[in-house]
Amino acid sequence: MKEILEKVKRVFPLQNIKKQRENLYFVETEKIHLVSLITNLRDINGFKHLVLLTAVDRIENGVFQLTYLLNNDELKIDLGVRVFLDRENAEMESIHHLWKQAATYQRELREMFGINFSGSPRVDKAFILEGWDGMPPYRRDFDTLKYSEETYFPRPGRSTNDPAEYMKQKMYPDE
Amino acid sequence: MSKEHTEKRIVYSPDGEPIEIDPIKDYFEGGRPEIRNPRNGIIEKFANWARSESLWILGFGTGCGAIEMRPLMTPRFDAYRFGYQWRPTPRQSSVFVISGYLSVKTLKRVIRSYEQMQNPKFVVALGSCTINGGMYYDSYNTINRLDHYLPVDVYITGCMPRPEALLAGFDHLKRKIKEGRGEGANKYAENFDWYKANQKKIIKDWDIPDYNW
Ligand code: SF4
Repeated sequence: MKEILEKVKRVFPLQNIKKQRENLYFVETEKIHLVSLITNLRDINGFKHLVLLTAVDRIENGVFQLTYLLNNDELKIDLGVRVFLDRENAEMESIHHLWKQAATYQRELREMFGINFSGSPRVDKAFILEGWDGMPPYRRDFDTLKYSEETYFPRPGRSTNDPAEYMKQKMYPDE
Repeated sequence: MSKEHTEKRIVYSPDGEPIEIDPIKDYFEGGRPEIRNPRNGIIEKFANWARSESLWILGFGTGCGAIEMRPLMTPRFDAYRFGYQWRPTPRQSSVFVISGYLSVKTLKRVIRSYEQMQNPKFVVALGSCTINGGMYYDSYNTINRLDHYLPVDVYITGCMPRPEALLAGFDHLKRKIKEGRGEGANKYAENFDWYKANQKKIIKDWDIPDYNW
């Protein structure tokens, strides 16, 4: 793994190289280099398999963090490549030409986070939410409780217990 | 959202003759459901007894609760001895077990299946999710109260209920039908506008006919 990263680092700017385990590393790169970096990893360094593509809403920093997790089957190692996008008009290049299945991930991210992957096949079609017209629900400023209360006729009289407190009172009432 | 399946189109017969098809009109019955008046006295009682002893469940699982229906089919709990069996299509079924949380996307299919079932039909709601949203009460995508969208006959509480609880619930449903109180389909027909308004409030890409018998 180290050798591969050293080699790649000579060509692409990699920041924050983080070793999670012996066989799992994370690196950060810049948005413009991402597709060529991934292409390099796939075609030259044997990361032939895209394990997953996910997003995290880092609302404090005003960015979305995308993670492309790649797997090298020969060396049995995983590498996560991270990239940060502006939350405003979040947009990213599509990688469906490298792995077809990326189109499905991108379609989901588009629906749940509102990240635009232009050119990805069927990216604008509804994936899970049919006819959703509000703010994408996985954005952290989307208030799901409020939305649910406004939309789904909450039944009055619902109460909630904190499980730890409740069980403590039930089982050890004297303490 | 494409709605090709409901758009008017022209198909050609083997002779090349054009045929205009309007799926909403030609493939569905768009009319309202009708209220079925009970027959008088003893005949209705006999019919109710017969209905209650042979309840066929639509094999449609919506949430985690669907898992509980499998043990019911096995020899250990064996729901078949009470006259229950699972059927593959709505047309053959009379009981719809809503087994847990319902997302909006599933609700659309559920409504469609429910409307295709023949009268008299009954709805059993399984688990807290159907009663007040259960642990998904704050989800952006699952409903909180099933009774705003479909007429519910029996609720079974629990998260998730044991198969024994389901059997008890089925028993309750039987009693209800025998007493002539299994009138869910009529309730649906009577309050059709209210149910439709609630359904349309959350199903935003409404592309099915209002009643698709
Ligand atoms: S009530 Fe519990 S078991 Fe049933 S669908 Fe909801 S969460 Fe799942």
